[in-house]
Amino acid sequence: MKVPVTVTVNGRRYARDVEPRLLLVHFIRDLGGITGTKIGCDTSQCGACTVLLDGVAVRSCTCLAVQADGSAVTTIEGLAENGKLHPLQEAFWDKHGLQCGFCTPGMILAAHELLRTKPKPSDEEIRAGLEGNMCRCTGYHNIVRSVRQAAGVMAGR
Amino acid sequence: MATSVFGSGIRRREDPRLITGAAAYTDDLSLPDMVHAAMLRSPHAHARITRIDSSRAKKAPGVIAVFTGAEIDALQAMPCAWLLPNSNLKVATYRCGACDVVRYVGDIVGVVVAETAYQAQDALELVDVDYEPLPVVTDPVSANKPGAPQLHPDVPNNEAFHWTVGGGDIDAAFKNAEVVVKERIVQQRLIPNAMEPRAALAHWKGASGELTLWNTTQNPHILRFLCSVVTGISEDKLRVVAPEVGGGFGSKIAAYPADFITVFCARKLNRPVKWTESRRENYQATTHGRDHVQEIELAAKKDGTILGLRATVWAGMGAYLSTAAPGIPTILHGLMLSGVYNLPALKEDVHGVYTNTTPVEAYRGAGRPEATFMIERMMEKLAAELKMDPAQVRLKNMIPRFENGHSVVTGLSYDSGDYPAGLKKLLDHVKYQELRKEQDDARKKGRYLGIGLATYVEICGLGPSQVAGAIGFQGGLWESAIVRFHPTGKVHVFIGASPHGQGEETTFAQIVASEIGVDVGDVKVFHGDTDVTPMGWGTYGSRTTAVGGAALVLATRKVKEKAKIIAAHLLEAAVEDIEYADGKFSVKGSPGKAKTIQDIALMAHVAWNMPKDVEAGLEASMFYDPPNFTYPFGSHLAVVEVDAETGQVDLKRYVALDDCGPQINPVIVEGQVHGGVVQGVGQALWEEAVYDENGQLLTGSMIDYALPRADLLPNIEVLSTVTPSPHHPLGLKGIGEAGTIASTAAVYNAVLDAVAPLGVKTLQMPMTPERVWRAMQQAQQP
Repeated sequence: MKVPVTVTVNGRRYARDVEPRLLLVHFIRDLGGITGTKIGCDTSQCGACTVLLDGVAVRSCTCLAVQADGSAVTTIEGLAENGKLHPLQEAFWDKHGLQCGFCTPGMILAAHELLRTKPKPSDEEIRAGLEGNMCRCTGYHNIVRSVRQAAGVMAGR
Repeated sequence: MATSVFGSGIRRREDPRLITGAAAYTDDLSLPDMVHAAMLRSPHAHARITRIDSSRAKKAPGVIAVFTGAEIDALQAMPCAWLLPNSNLKVATYRCGACDVVRYVGDIVGVVVAETAYQAQDALELVDVDYEPLPVVTDPVSANKPGAPQLHPDVPNNEAFHWTVGGGDIDAAFKNAEVVVKERIVQQRLIPNAMEPRAALAHWKGASGELTLWNTTQNPHILRFLCSVVTGISEDKLRVVAPEVGGGFGSKIAAYPADFITVFCARKLNRPVKWTESRRENYQATTHGRDHVQEIELAAKKDGTILGLRATVWAGMGAYLSTAAPGIPTILHGLMLSGVYNLPALKEDVHGVYTNTTPVEAYRGAGRPEATFMIERMMEKLAAELKMDPAQVRLKNMIPRFENGHSVVTGLSYDSGDYPAGLKKLLDHVKYQELRKEQDDARKKGRYLGIGLATYVEICGLGPSQVAGAIGFQGGLWESAIVRFHPTGKVHVFIGASPHGQGEETTFAQIVASEIGVDVGDVKVFHGDTDVTPMGWGTYGSRTTAVGGAALVLATRKVKEKAKIIAAHLLEAAVEDIEYADGKFSVKGSPGKAKTIQDIALMAHVAWNMPKDVEAGLEASMFYDPPNFTYPFGSHLAVVEVDAETGQVDLKRYVALDDCGPQINPVIVEGQVHGGVVQGVGQALWEEAVYDENGQLLTGSMIDYALPRADLLPNIEVLSTVTPSPHHPLGLKGIGEAGTIASTAAVYNAVLDAVAPLGVKTLQMPMTPERVWRAMQQAQQP
């Protein structure tokens, strides 16, 4: 049995008939062909699959596509506006906040959520805010610096 | 100008695609008509397959084919590529698909191919397999004893190899010893956890008999060779592509049965087949690291002078020997046991043992962290025994500064080093004496502060191919580079190595830019595609810059020599009179007469006015086989506080001092150190692969396996010294593994230092609150 689902991803509407068990991340990646969102652990531990669902960060590997019916999703591909990088993207680039890049889409969107709810976090708050996103390359040091820079830029505009 | 780009922390060329989601990793790729494979894996650690019936699965929705182990018949056994000499090595048969006996949870017994990944996964449950469980053994010490369950016929006591290393007069060392300290250390098994799970996409083109394999690999050229051996597709018809690869840490060096089974299915079904492991599969069947049990004794004089080190190590190899596995606990471990010290005598016995567990391979540091830990723990124990300061004991025994070769007891010749200078700089930076005073004051207030040191030297830049052959590595270890100028002076670089997060697209562009005066943005680096790049042996062992970087700089210099000849011709001067500076070739004494490299590139391509006998075009290639290994080194210090009520360890401060020679891009070097340090901290405090007595992996997901998290770590202070390698054309040594090699020992020593006043003398890693608390309680009991 398939059910109709419509999800707007990065401003574009995707209407598909899906199995009720289909995960949102597979909807985005496999049915939408938008592959910036990564799958790292299948158990909601690593945060690589983080996307914004109606502006709020969720783990798309533990959200069903049917739950997102009628919603708007922003993935890493939708974060830059008019070809201009988001301050978080710019900051991760400036501060060497990534190495292999696999955790980065989720990390940036989790940081987006952190700054949405706490625009001027301390380093400790940045670390606490990102404790659900795993990175094996950076040791988090430069991720903290990146988020700190982005917070400064975003507060100033 | 261009020359200053070497040593500059410019932003990475890789990043724009990675921060926008445009990068394509293997699992992001799709092909028309593509189908999906799922591996059927053994739920038993050791069992005989008595029946396997795939008829129900074959009828499931979307299923295209099911192949059992016995039906995956066109594949040869998995080759082992490090055939350790003088070791009685026994390479047990490692079939791609098991057909009679399974030997670890995760051993493949079949494969399902279906239209969608969900359907393939569903149908796995419909393959009926009957198993007759066999006795299980998971730890290498038990497995090596007579009477232990036997994994393979003709491998008595499960001993895959017995390897020894020695030098000096070890018996005399212990006879003359005034003090002997002993320790038993368990280097627990670790799970590498590259964030990107492994994946393969195989595309068979029946008409031409060609196959392309996209794969999450650190070494596509080695994989092509091994794929050819296992699948029988000839090398010229195989293309292996490592697209974006999301970290490896050693776990993407090996060739894996699942990848070859994916190839097998694509060929058999004549459709593109993709396989992507789940994280659970990654834990069960992608290679693990470490798994040593070490018994060590150190002989010394009362003044702290060390005389000899004697050790026996049992190294768990898992159920089969993975591609490079035998070299890890031996060559890369035992040969490094002198560390940064004057060690007069050494004897080590290493028993590589098959157990009913996931195969073990290189894991960041690969053998060297295990060696460093042994020495650094023993130095600390010796200091405690003699009531000497641990820094002083180290300084007393350190090899003094040397610039061009120093032979150690294991037979290696280190390239260059200044170990005392590094340690002293570290101690000055942290104001060591004040730190010790702070510790004393804290202790008086009932707070348990600990200070831990670790020094290290590592063997990198693997390595001279002649040595590789002598130590049984079934390949060469040179690297290659092609530097190709285009008519407008833009440059394409093709390298055989295969970076996957380390940033060589940037640092290698910096090398070319600083050598020949083009803008760094005008250099594009290609890697990871066997149809495009020259042969190379891959990215591991901190060798890409140390070996591939040398190939690149020498290729660039070849281009420069040709450019000089063309410049001399165009400027009507003798070649000897042409000087090069900042991208310009000018005539000595008349700097106004000059040609830029761009002018020369254009002329080389239009070729209207070339010197006699000089061919058109401007490119060069270089295969570089290093004359020796490189030996980066450093000293690290950790400060911890242990909560006496809970046993919780708080890592308060971490300072790393590393010497990797000159730094191409210090920001990238720091990033490598940060990540490496945290991986080593993970081993000290949190990470452990745990098997139960039945061989079930209890830490089988990220829920149960404790990875380092952002909120548990401090910022990391990074210092450096610069001691160039005498044999590398730019003096470079390598930095990828340094942090991991030092940090486990530094943190361990810090925790032991913290709880020393309570009488705790040893702890098992990871040093979880429970273990620390129990050790404190036991030490306090009368």
